[in-house]
Amino acid sequence: MTDQGDRWTAEQVLDLAPDDASRKAGGRLGGAGPWSQIGGSASGSVWGLCKGSGSKPYRTVVDLKGPAYKCSCPSRKFPCKHALGLLLLWSAEGVGEPVEAPEWAAQWLTDRAAKAARPPGERAAPVDEEGARKRAERRAARVGAGVTELEQRLADLLRGGLAGQEQAGYAGWEETAARMVDAQAPGLAARVRELGTIPSCGPGWPARMLEEAALLHLLDRAWLGVAGLPEELAATVRSRVGLPASGEGEAVRDRWLVLAQYDTVSPDGRLTTRRIWLRGLADGRPALVLDFGPPGRPPGLALPVGRVLEAEMRFRPGSAGLRADLGERSAATAPCAEVPAGVSTGAALEAYGEALRQDPWLESWPVVLGPVVPIPGELGWQLADAEGTSALPVPLTGGGRSRGGLWQLAALSGGGPVTVFGECGHRGFTPLTAWQPDSTEPVALS
Amino acid sequence: MDKSDEGYGEWEELVAAALLGTERRRDGGPAGSPEALLDAAAVHAVRRRAGLRPAEAGRRPEPAPRDPRPVPPEAAGRRLAQLLAGRSGPVNGGGRRGTAPDLTELLPQWLAAAARHGYRSPASLVPALLDAARARTDLRPQALALAGTRGLWLARMNPDWRFALRGGSGGTGELPEVTDRAAVERLWQEGLFAERVALLGAVRAHEAAAAPRLLMTTWATERAEDRLMFLDSLRVGLSEGDEPFLDAALGDRSRNVRATAAELLSALPASALAGRMAERALACVGPEGVTPPAECDAGMLRDGVVKRPPAGRGERAWWLGQLVEAAPLSCWRERFGGLGPAEIVALPVAAGDGWTEELHAAWCRAAVRQRDASWSRALLGPASAPPAAGPGTASLAERAKLLETLPHAERAEWVAEFIRAHGLSEAFQLLGVCVVPWAGALGRAVVDALDTARDAGSYPWSFSGVMGLAERCLDPAEASRLEALTTAAEDLPDAAPGAAAYWAEAFTRLVSTLRLRAAMLAELAPV
Repeated sequence: MTDQGDRWTAEQVLDLAPDDASRKAGGRLGGAGPWSQIGGSASGSVWGLCKGSGSKPYRTVVDLKGPAYKCSCPSRKFPCKHALGLLLLWSAEGVGEPVEAPEWAAQWLTDRAAKAARPPGERAAPVDEEGARKRAERRAARVGAGVTELEQRLADLLRGGLAGQEQAGYAGWEETAARMVDAQAPGLAARVRELGTIPSCGPGWPARMLEEAALLHLLDRAWLGVAGLPEELAATVRSRVGLPASGEGEAVRDRWLVLAQYDTVSPDGRLTTRRIWLRGLADGRPALVLDFGPPGRPPGLALPVGRVLEAEMRFRPGSAGLRADLGERSAATAPCAEVPAGVSTGAALEAYGEALRQDPWLESWPVVLGPVVPIPGELGWQLADAEGTSALPVPLTGGGRSRGGLWQLAALSGGGPVTVFGECGHRGFTPLTAWQPDSTEPVALS
Repeated sequence: MDKSDEGYGEWEELVAAALLGTERRRDGGPAGSPEALLDAAAVHAVRRRAGLRPAEAGRRPEPAPRDPRPVPPEAAGRRLAQLLAGRSGPVNGGGRRGTAPDLTELLPQWLAAAARHGYRSPASLVPALLDAARARTDLRPQALALAGTRGLWLARMNPDWRFALRGGSGGTGELPEVTDRAAVERLWQEGLFAERVALLGAVRAHEAAAAPRLLMTTWATERAEDRLMFLDSLRVGLSEGDEPFLDAALGDRSRNVRATAAELLSALPASALAGRMAERALACVGPEGVTPPAECDAGMLRDGVVKRPPAGRGERAWWLGQLVEAAPLSCWRERFGGLGPAEIVALPVAAGDGWTEELHAAWCRAAVRQRDASWSRALLGPASAPPAAGPGTASLAERAKLLETLPHAERAEWVAEFIRAHGLSEAFQLLGVCVVPWAGALGRAVVDALDTARDAGSYPWSFSGVMGLAERCLDPAEASRLEALTTAAEDLPDAAPGAAAYWAEAFTRLVSTLRLRAAMLAELAPV
């Protein structure tokens, strides 16, 4: 509210909806009609009374920094349609000059502020260093046993040959994955599950299966020799296996441009993962912030694509220095005045190759590509350098993205060059955000 | 450098070994043990990924033609994105709908307003527009117009959007120049049905007489349902020049084609068919009374008269109705000694024999078919007269059709008068033919009538049809006048329980929908 330009777009608001029904219901509440006493504070919150079917209107408050929501309605959806409607109203028409929050909104906002101000250590139990070390040792031992068992399983696979895998089915790998969960190595479990799905993936599957099995083997071997690895690589191995990050990473203060934000849902539908890609404007460093949401709820963190926020980013050790946690930040964001400079297709692959030196298990690397021309094709799409004949294939599936975003990209380009941000890896380039030729306004590809 | 530098060849060998299994491979090969095979494959996998090179680019699409129209202002673009995202929203069925505005009709209105401003779609929304046009044919012409050349360019690449390339949605650039005879001929011979209909329309617009000529070239080989559709497409812009062609179609193999040809000819008052029908009708009806035809002869049959009446209707009355309906209305003035339509309608023609109703109904159909405003006016009578006592017809559907032949302002004035006299319960169909947004007097009449209905104590959902129409059709400028009606009053003593609160809710929704429409239209104004 300190900055009227800081409003989200309707799309960004609707992205917060837990399901389609809420999206529609929220949309219907996004007009002034049912609302009264709407207001917003300078520190970034909005509130209002929404007339419902009962005699008492619902009290709805949104803290935009979280964002976090509070509503007196009985809905268990989160955010509820009233919070969505309020945000839509705010995004479309605004709520006027910042004012003091009314009593009912102020109470909740104050509580939140107090909670946030509390030093992080205060709520945690006193540190039991000796106990923690023992727990870590026990876990390392269990992971080690899991790794040894997995190595055995991979050796059996290669000894018997991949040819039988098409008939063998998925159950065997599911069982192995469950053993890895028991061994407290969720990273290995996920890779094993992935491995089990390859034989049903169509032509060329044996080569892909060998590749994935080999990289899994590489991870096993790296774990077994982790004590002898340089610290950065050791941290990468530990995080790939699925251990929580140990130790503090590097903190970088910068102005961060939000390049993309998208959600994927786990195959069992139980967990939504939100990936937010950012780039430091001063030193060009990429950062990936992850947030998670339980069933029916989108993750809490939402950053509007194309905005710049000033913040401290704490990078986790390992994983090619991509994973970061968002630290303290200013409430306001600003629009970005320019389109980030793009690189050629060759340079994009080089950047990915370079990153593999730090993390050989890396699937892709964030790249701003451009100027490039999207080439639709029935068998597959490409992004081709505007100058020259080189191109990157675009995977039609993967990353949880639909083809709709590709058509949007084609529509933006109209056959001409565009700048595109996306993930560049061994499967190709997955476009996430694009800039039209004559605008600095980024378009998040849906 | 070791041997793995040979790269690809060695990788093939590794895959072959992995497929077969190390157990069955005794000759050593690139890797003996499973572990050694995995080691080698791991090195290879990482090397391959790190050393990836771009591919050869395929054929680039032709650049899309430039669309010189401006894009709408930013806020309007965001609104469009929101409306497109919510377009599949369910229409709330019946009962209470709360106070939230009704968004379902806003997309068509947004598109219509954008068309008036001459905007093109923001490029990023073109795919969503094409999807919307695909799902809702009523949106198609305007959605495609907004998508413009960029939309057609995209549609050529995506089979899901092929529909956009068909049909004559004006200025699509897909039809050949009508002066290019060879191209016209080729498309007429080879085109899809919709393309041919569009082509026929374009040819007709350019030169009326060329259309029947084009039709004649293939007429004998067209399927009956296609002949019917082509004939039907002549309805718009029908002129004397079409008469010879239609006359020939009176002898068509298909009964439906014959009937349609006769109907079209009767809408041309100067046509030979209309003349023949006038002769027959004048012989039956005059100042002295009504004598319906005694038989349906071969000539009547050839002119499209249907012999067998529907169940429950007398044969002679059925024939009479068809003759009068197809006769030019201009023929009656002379027959009735120079009287005008209103006076003729008021005559107690053969009232004793009970033919009046039959005759008036036929005149109504004739007035609609011939788009004759003065006869429509006479048949409608004064709006304040009780509907049952109306001169022409008591049927609201027929009255709505008659109204459509009147100029816009007169239509609105008539319906406003009707509502002031009779309330809302019968006005729904009549309101449907009025131009949006409703003219001031009409809007005020509707609002006043709603207010009266509230005071009468019924529930608002008895008027949900009109309320819904009002949300879509009232001039947004009325919102402030309506504000006063949104405050919940105490229930009146005679009212249904809780009605006052429901009415307040319904008016609140009406106001918020109007506000939203006003905001939407304001956003579309060029900056």
